[in-house]
Parts: sequence; structure tokens; C-alpha cells
Amino acid sequence: MKQWLRLRVNGEDYEVFTEPWKSLADVLRDELNLTGVKIACNEGQCGSCTVLIDGQSVKSCLVLAPKANGKEILTIEGLAKDGKLHPLQEAFIKHFAVQCGFCTPGFILAAKGLLDENPDPTEEEVREWLAGNLCRCTGYVKIIEAVLAVAKGKS
Amino acid sequence: MRPFQYLSPGNLSEAISLLAKYREEAKVIAGGTDLVVQMRRGVIKPKFVVDITGIPGLDYIRYDDTQGLRIGALTTIRVLEKSADLWQRYPIISQAACKLGSAAIRNVATVGGNLCNAMPIADTAQALLALSAKVRTLGPEGERVVPLEDFFTGVGKTSLKIGELLVEIQVPVPLPNTRGLYLKHLTRGSIDLPIVNVAVLVTLEPEDKVCKDIKIVLGSVASTPIRARKAEEIMRGKRIDDALIHRTAQVASDEAHPRPGSIRASVEYKREMVKVFTRQLIQEIVSQYN
Repeated sequence: MKQWLRLRVNGEDYEVFTEPWKSLADVLRDELNLTGVKIACNEGQCGSCTVLIDGQSVKSCLVLAPKANGKEILTIEGLAKDGKLHPLQEAFIKHFAVQCGFCTPGFILAAKGLLDENPDPTEEEVREWLAGNLCRCTGYVKIIEAVLAVAKGKS
Repeated sequence: MRPFQYLSPGNLSEAISLLAKYREEAKVIAGGTDLVVQMRRGVIKPKFVVDITGIPGLDYIRYDDTQGLRIGALTTIRVLEKSADLWQRYPIISQAACKLGSAAIRNVATVGGNLCNAMPIADTAQALLALSAKVRTLGPEGERVVPLEDFFTGVGKTSLKIGELLVEIQVPVPLPNTRGLYLKHLTRGSIDLPIVNVAVLVTLEPEDKVCKDIKIVLGSVASTPIRARKAEEIMRGKRIDDALIHRTAQVASDEAHPRPGSIRASVEYKREMVKVFTRQLIQEIVSQYN
């Protein structure tokens, strides 16, 4: 009962043959080796599986594989360009917003989803937007600082 | 997750035929934020998953001065949240929308899905019930328009018949001088399921403070979202003062019947919070008229 999917991931086109009950997170990790997409809760609560689908932040563990057909997907692996890190990636490093790193890809993509839509958010808006991403290590303060620093840098 | 066949109809009649054909073995998926979780937990095990997001023309917010508001069932919660028009005309819906789940969930979750999942905690349900919304469904036997109050029949249960799809939510034009508020009481800042949620809609004559109409909707305290009708009756047609607000809130609290054994809060606490928030919401709404 496998079916073919066409996806554009990090700018490259792929054809994947997979069962419809696999999630997009499973497909990205298992078929495309994009293990920057993390699966923790597998229930859409923790946000570690966050990717951008057609520019919107989405929990990829809740997306059944066939629903991703024809979509454009961005994972953490697709952020750096020619070896140069994205401003969000640099800010997370500079502001010590990474400890174990497990939540980090999800946070960075969620933050990109926010800043692409709202380039100058208030702290309140950043916190509210990132409420769907959980971190057990950092206590969130540095993460929020990093995101705000990028927003301020842009404006 | 139990293996299933994934079907993606391109129009309404195809979708309805599939649902009528496969009956209890089929489940509709839109955003999937409730369905996938339930499937993964084994709570539901459909053989056929019918993805309706490929059906055009079900994603809209329309308003006119006589018919009121029409929302397509596939409109995402995020679109509701961002609609400036909705904030202006029916802010109680916008307030409910922005409290649902988290941003990434709201990007794909649909208002139709929130209603069809039929949880007593459903955010949009509280607001829409307060507004006396109706839902339009389409099935093998044609179209029906049903008051939202009659749509929820139990936890996770609706009055949808086999083969029927919810296609539109209809909200009448509110009476002039109507204001509403939605409150979701959570342990955590977001994502969590609420302890209680309350929606209050008041129509008030500003000069004499007479309550022309009031709707109080309580979530998480019964097997469906409920109207606190006895409480409403106490206030309807009377001049609002503090004593009346307190009495109304007490009666609303008595009408709540949360089930014992909830991990989120005790029966007593939930009832107390219904009283507190009903009172606070009415007081806040009344103060907005000044």
C-alpha cells in the first residue's frame, strides 16, 4: 500500500515511495536522512519535529506522509547557505541558546516561521509563538534573547 | 498505527460517496492534529482515511449585514486568528482561535475539525455556541442546517450521519450592543488542555444597564460544551448589578457537572473556577460599555 510522493525539500526535488501512515517526520528522517528533524513526543506537543511547509511552521510528526505531496519543505539542514550559517543559527550559538541541542532545530525553524511573517515581534509575541516548542535544558531565556536579537538586527 | 488506505477526493460529492461507501471504517482528515494523535494511540483505527483538504471552496470567511458570518469548514484556525475583520465583528471567535493549541497547530488545524472532533474543551465550540451558530452539513441525502447546540451529542460524538460532512459554520448578525469574551483557564501558558473554559456574550442597553440577552457557555465541565441556561435566565431582562452577577455566577457553577477523577482538577475546583470566571467575564464585559 505504499504510494509515491513528490516533495521539494531544502530546494531539492525528491520522489519517495512510502506507506501513508508514516509521518512526514519519519519520511524526512528515514528516507531522506534529514535527522535534524527530531521526534520526541510524536504527539504534536513538544515541537522538536517542527519544519516549514510552504513557509509555515508545522509539526511534521502530525503530517501523514501523503499530505506532504507537492509541498515545499524546509528543515534545519536547509538553512545554511554555502557553509554560511543562517542568522538564527549564529544567534543561537552566540547567545548560548543551545545545550543538548535536541529542541534546537525545531526552535530555529519555528522562529524563522515567525520572523518571516512578523520581522519585528515583541518579546510577548516571540514567547507566544514559541509556546509550542519545549526545552528541558535552557530555561528558554537565552532562546528568546537569540530570536529577539535576530529580529532587532534585521530592523 | 494500523495500516489504512489513504484517499484524497477532489470534490465534495466524491468525498461523500467515499464516506457513504466505507461507513464506520472511514475517517475524515483535514489538518490531522487531532486525528493523527488518536490513530497513533489506537483510540481510532480507520481502514480508510479520507483527506478532504484537496476539496476547493471550503476555506473562506464571508460576512454580510443580513446573513451574518459564514465560515468554510476547512478554514484554518490561524486564518481565523489573523482575520482583522473577524476581530472587529466577532472578536469572541478570534479570542478562542488564538488560544487553540500552539501556533504550528493552528497553521493546519481547521475550524470544521475542531467542531467534528467534538471535545467538550473545544475552543471554537464555546465561542460559536455563545453566538448561536449553526452548521451546514452535506451528505448522501442532501443538505442540513443544524444548530451547533444540537451538533454535539457526547465526548467525541456529533449528530453527523454516515456520509455527511460539515461544510460551513453560520453565525447570525449579533444584536447591537453585544459584547463577548472567551477565557481558557490553563495550568500552563499554552498547549495544555484547559481546566475550564468559559465564553460569555452579553447584549446590554448601555443607558439603563438592562441585560437584553446573555449567553454563558461552559467547557470542560460536561460531556459536551454546555449553555448555563438557568444562569442566563437569572440575568436576562434584568438590570445588571454586582449582586446579580454574583448570583448568576453561582448558578452557572451549579450547572457545571464535571466528572470526578480528572487529572487536571477536582470537581470542586472546576465548579469554583466556573463561578469565578463567569463573574469576572460578565464584570469585564459590563465595564467595557462605559
